[in-house]
Amino acid sequence: MNIAAQADRTAQSITPEIVAEHGLSPEEYKQLVAALGREPSLTELGIFSVMWSEHCSYKSSKVWLKKLPTEGPQVIQGPGENAGVVDLGDGQAAVFKMESHNHPSYIEPYQGAATGVGGIMRDVFTMGARPVANMNALRFGAPDHPKTKHLVAGVVSGIGDYGNCMGVPTVGGETNFDARYNDNILVNAMCVGLVDSGRIFKAAAKGIGHPVVYVGSKTGRDGIHGATMASAEFDEASAEKRPTVQVGDPFTEKLLLEACLELMEEDAIVAIQDMGAAGLTSSSVEMADKGGVGIELELDRVPTREDGMTAYEMMLSESQERMLMILKPGSESIAERVFQKWELDFSVIGYTTDTGRLVVRHRGITEADIPLAALAHAAPLYERPWTKAEPQPLITLEEVPAPNSLLGALECLMGSPHLCSRRWIWEQYDHMVMADTVQRPGGDAAVVRVHGSDKGLAISCDVTPRYCAADPYEGAKQAVAECWRNLTAVGADPLAITDCMNFGNPERPEIMGEFAGAVEGMAEACTALSFPVVSGNVSLYNETNGVSIPPTPSVGGVGLIPDISTMATMALKRPGDVLMLLGTEEGHLGQSLYMQAMLDRSWGAPPPVDLEAERSTGDLVRELIRSADVSAVHDVSDGGLLVAIAEMALAGGHGVVLDALSGPLPAHAAWFGEDQARYVIAAAPDKADAIHKAAAAAKVPLRLLGRVGGDAIVLDGEPPLPLSVLRTAHEGWLPGFMAHG
Amino acid sequence: MKASVIVFPGSNCDRDAAVALEAVSGIAPALVWHGDSEIPPSDLIVLPGGFSYGDYLRSGAMAAHSPVMREVVSRARAGTPVLGICNGFQILTEAGLLPGVMMRNATLKFICRDVHLRVERNDTAFTRHFTEGEVVRFAIANKDGSYYAKKATLDRLEGEGRVAFRYCDAAGKISDAANPNGSRRNIAGIYNESRTVLGLMPHPERLADPALSGTDGAKMFASLLETLH
Amino acid sequence: MKARITITLKPGVLDPQGKAIAGALHALGFDSVGDVRQGKYIEIEVAESDPKRARAEIERMCEQLLANTIIENYAYELEAA
Repeated sequence: MNIAAQADRTAQSITPEIVAEHGLSPEEYKQLVAALGREPSLTELGIFSVMWSEHCSYKSSKVWLKKLPTEGPQVIQGPGENAGVVDLGDGQAAVFKMESHNHPSYIEPYQGAATGVGGIMRDVFTMGARPVANMNALRFGAPDHPKTKHLVAGVVSGIGDYGNCMGVPTVGGETNFDARYNDNILVNAMCVGLVDSGRIFKAAAKGIGHPVVYVGSKTGRDGIHGATMASAEFDEASAEKRPTVQVGDPFTEKLLLEACLELMEEDAIVAIQDMGAAGLTSSSVEMADKGGVGIELELDRVPTREDGMTAYEMMLSESQERMLMILKPGSESIAERVFQKWELDFSVIGYTTDTGRLVVRHRGITEADIPLAALAHAAPLYERPWTKAEPQPLITLEEVPAPNSLLGALECLMGSPHLCSRRWIWEQYDHMVMADTVQRPGGDAAVVRVHGSDKGLAISCDVTPRYCAADPYEGAKQAVAECWRNLTAVGADPLAITDCMNFGNPERPEIMGEFAGAVEGMAEACTALSFPVVSGNVSLYNETNGVSIPPTPSVGGVGLIPDISTMATMALKRPGDVLMLLGTEEGHLGQSLYMQAMLDRSWGAPPPVDLEAERSTGDLVRELIRSADVSAVHDVSDGGLLVAIAEMALAGGHGVVLDALSGPLPAHAAWFGEDQARYVIAAAPDKADAIHKAAAAAKVPLRLLGRVGGDAIVLDGEPPLPLSVLRTAHEGWLPGFMAHG
Repeated sequence: MKASVIVFPGSNCDRDAAVALEAVSGIAPALVWHGDSEIPPSDLIVLPGGFSYGDYLRSGAMAAHSPVMREVVSRARAGTPVLGICNGFQILTEAGLLPGVMMRNATLKFICRDVHLRVERNDTAFTRHFTEGEVVRFAIANKDGSYYAKKATLDRLEGEGRVAFRYCDAAGKISDAANPNGSRRNIAGIYNESRTVLGLMPHPERLADPALSGTDGAKMFASLLETLH
Repeated sequence: MKARITITLKPGVLDPQGKAIAGALHALGFDSVGDVRQGKYIEIEVAESDPKRARAEIERMCEQLLANTIIENYAYELEAA
């Protein structure tokens, strides 16, 4: 019986309502029918709907993402595989990627965040890399929003429980609170792994007649249509979507990790991919398409944990902790033995063919027969209309009043949700397992030693959403620049980035304009800083009832420290050391946290980013670090100069005595302006001369700020601010909030 | 010193323990799979940290019944030193080689940070390189680290000098403030009757390398090397 | 047969999770809530139709694995599958 007739036989014939429920527009459905050559069966409709969803096809973003630079001598693998790969030298490479799990985390924060961590780790170890570090970028609503505390608690324990059980250290991240995320939190999870550059595994299923093997957990009904949920906004009915949230099992994933790495030492695997969004469908389609082969699946062979699962359900299930492999014929028994040892399901569920089609059979019936090109390449590509918002004007200093006390303002800022210590969060993450964490959470970047060597991997996640909301182009430039600075500040050569583009509804021209602007800003910064994009993820439709999140292009960067003995930290180390500022002083208070704290809101253009200055200042800093001329380094970002100094003082437990800042700027603009391309360094007094000379040669402005000493922040004309008082404010906000809300 | 590190499904700190042991002894320990009923001749057996069986049901409960544990118990009874770290300590209590049980931290959360410990005695295979009463810095990372035993058991442990380490502050004071998880009597680690089996919740292998900001843990491995060589 | 097993902390053993639950219930306005103790519920299907043998098996499972008898009690009900 041919499939068209079978399609008629299925319980429901395809109605416009059913098409809409699958997230396809009537126009897209017409294109589907044309690509298939007939009306689809329900299973085929399901398969198309997930492959053509925004989450899997990038239909709104692809035309823009093409503008991002993805190449460089250090790039071994750019976007297009499960993760990106950069060369570390000596036959080693770093594999990394960041991914979003925003919509599921809002609905069920613990499992949404946990499965986000699980998914991104699979993307890394599917390439043969052992994960060595996790990071996450979290955006929550305003602290006084009723759901915020519950979401923070759930997300943090979800991330912690999954990552800790996997035995991979979670070494850092970013957390912001902003009312615009009230109904749309963001959970972006990043993973970095290490691999021998000659042993990287890819997804292309080459070869005809090769066994297609399913390994890992059994398939259930979890997360069916998770991909289409991630491609749609929330409304009041969203709470009913709870059954679509997947449940993670980190114990099984740990077994899966060890089993895969063990099998990867043999010569058995041709191709491998994890089953993530759209499960068996996306992995089988993508692997076959990349390899230029067809693929036939016998769903009776799929291990299931529920009774009576249909073909539709098996193809769309997003049950976690599963991988799909193409093996060399003859290696099935070696492979099966490994998975049996680790007590994981192993089943040959199909074969590669030469038809270029996806054929799915269940109980003797062909439930789907689709040309792969239609699924992987014929998804509509949209050049969505976009508009650019009016740029916000540069604010004038008259608009932002001076505080009664500079140190009072400092204490207020350091004790605010924006700048307070995140210790409450990262002490719930095992950040030391694997015994290679050389720089723990709380610094500019985390650093993990490349196991068995003296090299270090520096990792940082950055973006400043309020800058992006004011000017997506300049804000995205700043995200890349800040990430580059953070890696530089610990002494690393920045290598490449992964990105997580979190935006609202792309069908609204103003949102598409934000996306377009952000991509262009990122592209310019990545090019100028030789900091290409090697992997990434797009999350759209982060809106509820028409209110969108601020544009949030998260940047996750990786850098290499050739010798960890030259790693820098921000902690002030010695009384008597001199403090210096490298970089310009223009007093940019637009969109600053100071303005936010003093006036309860911020406006104006964000601080401009001068990429040449970033490069020359950063290169100078890195040189000073490597020649051991500096004892502490910190980049200047959120909160400005005085905040940066305070963070260094608290980290080291040493106070500072600061000179008044001479110059045309009012004191508050100089101390709290968020000018970019700047670093604070501490050095022994006998190094000051050499540093002056080096700065002059590099044409980087340098100013002496004062000295390390005492146990307070001392600013001329004000009573000193004891470190103990500052520390209480800094460490107190988050635990207080989580205890009492 | 020939050591064997047991690997359970879900163990995470087996490599960390092996690296620390090899650094001090020059000999890579054997990694023994939980499903094996044989353990090679060993001067020391280590049950490493991690999440054996995902900590499902109770931490260490299922691992305690692994085939290899029969041999671990038998070797322990014959006098082979056994070191249980974190999940390893949990497995030792579930297997009956040490008294008491590990419960959920008082804060109900996972805690990863440095702690100070007071070394209660320095005359065991594990502590010869410490001084009695020395204050050391180790690292904890667990959710179920609160040591509990009935009063009679605790009194017996104290009376028999079987408390190995206690949580203290940087000055060595034993106090509630210095207790990260509510462990009874601030107990961080205990010995069996012969003081040849040690279980402790903090991880010595994580602060055994100058690059990792602390080396107090290395003294435990150095003590073992000296005693067992 | 099917066993429904309840595992609870022995009286007198501190239960911080139960305490946290009581606090949360009070915060929600359930002022009448007194002591709260949290336990585990496990369902096990056994391929054994003789109730006496099934009972003995379940008890062995509880003693050997499901309960830590230092701090936990167990109770169970058996029913035909």
